Amino acid sequence: MMIDPKIYNSADENAWCPGCGNFGILTALKETLHELGLHPSEVVIVSGIGQAAKTPHYINCNGFNGLHGRAVPPAAAIKIANKNLKVIIDSGDGDSYGEGGNHLLHNLRRNVDISHFVHDNQIYGLTKGQGSPTTAVGQKTSMQLDGVISEQFNPVAFAVAMHASFVARSFSADKEHLKEMMKEAINHNGYALLDILQPCVTFNDVNTFKWYKDRVYKLDSSYDPYDRVKAFETAQQWGDNIPIGVIYKEDKPSFIDNLKHLEGKEALVHRKWKPSDAAKFLDELK
Amino acid sequence: MDYNILIGGFAGQGMDTLSKMLELILKRKHYYVFSNKDYMSRVRGGHNFIQVRFSDKPLYSHVEELDIIVALDRNTVDIHRNRLSKNGTILIDKSISDKEIQTPSEYDFMSVITSIEVAKELGNHRVAGTVSLGAILKMLGLEIDEAVLDVLKHTFSDEIYELNVKALRRGFEMYQQKYHLDKGNFEDSIAINGNQAAALGALAGGLTFYSAYPMTPSTSFMTYLSSKMDETGIVVEQVEDEIAAINMAIGASYAGVRAMTGTSGGGFSLMTEALGLAGITETPLVVLNVQRPGPATGLPTRTEQSDLSFILTASHGEIPRMVIALKNPEHAFYTMARALNIADKYQMLVIILSDQYLSDITTTLPAFDFSKIEINRYIATEQEADINDYRRYKVTENGVSPRLIPGQFKEALIMADSDEHTEYGHITEAADVRIAQMDKRMRKLDMLKEELEEPSYYGSENPENLIIAWGSVEGPLREAVQRMNDKDMKIGALVFSDISPLPVKMLEKYTKEVKNIINVEMNYTGQLAKFIRQETGIVCNKSVLKYDGGQISPSEIVKRVSEVLS
Repeated sequence: MMIDPKIYNSADENAWCPGCGNFGILTALKETLHELGLHPSEVVIVSGIGQAAKTPHYINCNGFNGLHGRAVPPAAAIKIANKNLKVIIDSGDGDSYGEGGNHLLHNLRRNVDISHFVHDNQIYGLTKGQGSPTTAVGQKTSMQLDGVISEQFNPVAFAVAMHASFVARSFSADKEHLKEMMKEAINHNGYALLDILQPCVTFNDVNTFKWYKDRVYKLDSSYDPYDRVKAFETAQQWGDNIPIGVIYKEDKPSFIDNLKHLEGKEALVHRKWKPSDAAKFLDELK
Repeated sequence: MDYNILIGGFAGQGMDTLSKMLELILKRKHYYVFSNKDYMSRVRGGHNFIQVRFSDKPLYSHVEELDIIVALDRNTVDIHRNRLSKNGTILIDKSISDKEIQTPSEYDFMSVITSIEVAKELGNHRVAGTVSLGAILKMLGLEIDEAVLDVLKHTFSDEIYELNVKALRRGFEMYQQKYHLDKGNFEDSIAINGNQAAALGALAGGLTFYSAYPMTPSTSFMTYLSSKMDETGIVVEQVEDEIAAINMAIGASYAGVRAMTGTSGGGFSLMTEALGLAGITETPLVVLNVQRPGPATGLPTRTEQSDLSFILTASHGEIPRMVIALKNPEHAFYTMARALNIADKYQMLVIILSDQYLSDITTTLPAFDFSKIEINRYIATEQEADINDYRRYKVTENGVSPRLIPGQFKEALIMADSDEHTEYGHITEAADVRIAQMDKRMRKLDMLKEELEEPSYYGSENPENLIIAWGSVEGPLREAVQRMNDKDMKIGALVFSDISPLPVKMLEKYTKEVKNIINVEMNYTGQLAKFIRQETGIVCNKSVLKYDGGQISPSEIVKRVSEVLS
């Protein structure tokens, strides 16, 4: 049975600025889930804190809006607890790459089958305009009045270096491309990092819609995301030409695939157990 | 009959293997056994010791008085000889005793054995411990029988088993019987330490997901669970930090599995923000804190009860929580299962306090009764939850909302939010909703207060003076109270396990008529006393506090309580 696309619409009042790149990402997300034939009860959208992290409230499905920087740990655990759910993180660059950096690093290693959509507007929105890990060196902000001095974080190159199983980039204003990337990420068995370039109309007057529009280009069909060296080279491209598409892939078992003791079993949430099942462990204590 | 043996040396000398074999042999000879460890935070060197106490009557504590010291190094003699009883024995290897050992004092019985020489003769210096074990068995008059050989078989691989039997017999032959034991009478016992017992209780109670970062002295709780993963079908994940540990446990619990995390004080400090997340999202969660002395890195391998004040309000803002302290391994087993049920019933945070002493004491106990354990998940049915207009945070009379889990019903979506939220789980800043949600969450404590476990009471029925304590001080205190009442001191003792909410019935009953109330705690500030005063106005007018990293002993309690009362 086809699901009504409106089923994903939420009644919550939206707190995003008019013209925010988040709207394009939200629309693409709803259409993606609908087109994948997923029912809202099968989906959990997880976030941390920030403007992008309000996404779980603006889409009608299961949601977990946790702590700042801590979207990935609960998301990974939700999937481990119930592998039948589609778990998607929607959170910003500050949440994902700043406060949550350690979890990103280790979940690239852990490779739980979840998707991580980073709304990357290269600035802090909710706290009003400070530099984020992806703000360019030299860019002046409400906080870095003489310009950012710390090196700009490159999430794509980082993920490639970490042997991520799936790394992609897209652009909030290119809905079709974004949906295609979202679908590939959701269908990928493993941790899928999707960095989504997105203008912040209020606090970032450098990386505007036009700035991105003039620079992004799509990787064509000749591009091989399994070529690690090429991927690393592509991941370095920034400035005048910014590649979008699936930049790197590595086929490997997901975290759950690696839990051999759970192979072929139902989701953990359906585990059958009674207290007396543990009584056998007394034998070794005798 | 009550003997206490200390085995001491530097890290890496194999005293762990030696003491484990001795414990197991004594257990198989049907004695009650109680052992505790005192380790330094290093893998090699330093001074470590294990005390193995055994009797034909139940034991609840370590004691200071020693009957036998097995010294694997010189340090052990110097540090512990003043605790040796009049008929005591120091067993020491010739290789150490040759080197300028002090003349034994008048009541020391210094016994020089040649374990290392014999081990070398047998071709493997590593069997010296087994030679010593043979000497100990002979000294105690314990025959090398099937039970003993079985312990060796259990300890050593097939290749070195025969060699160790030879070593054991050589040690046995080189020595003479000195003590005459009564027969052991405790059959069908199990031997278990505090962390294992807690972990087994959690397993029996349906724990399904455990995420943690290794931290002494909580680590063995995780490694025990991990060793049972395959047989139980649970997931135990070692994560990047304690922040991830608790946030993962909350995620797993949100998704519907019984989840826990555990750590010690430093890791717990990192978890505090997420305690509030569990509170406001009403996600059932049990967090174990196996305490060690702080602050910061403190004394990593020692014991203390200094996290109580911190834990009672840890996390910004206000959330309902329950705090339970584990008293002994048996209590730990049953309490973990109870805590998991309470967390689910009230959709609440339950913090369990243990400590290094309890985590590492091994005691012999009657086999646990698994029929006493229930798993009650309190996940709502279609009838209990209005699935067509499902409100995860529905305001109810007792504050508990019908809980569903993601994917349970197509109609019912589950939204959890760290922001203040509506009944549906969505962000709100509306004052009336805030008040309604806050009141509802805190109201759950009223119902919880109806099922609190009162403190256990030891001592005289009409005490003149009352001791108040909590957690693992129970064991030493129990023996101390016995000793004091044997001297007609008319002492009573209340030992708390449920701490917050504070059970007050016994407290009110026993504090009415007493002359003095003395809190005996392993911390500097008298944290339970402060909490009792805050909650009830009842004041502990005397204190016995200890914060040097070593567990208070029965004799120290007797001495210090007598001092504060004089």
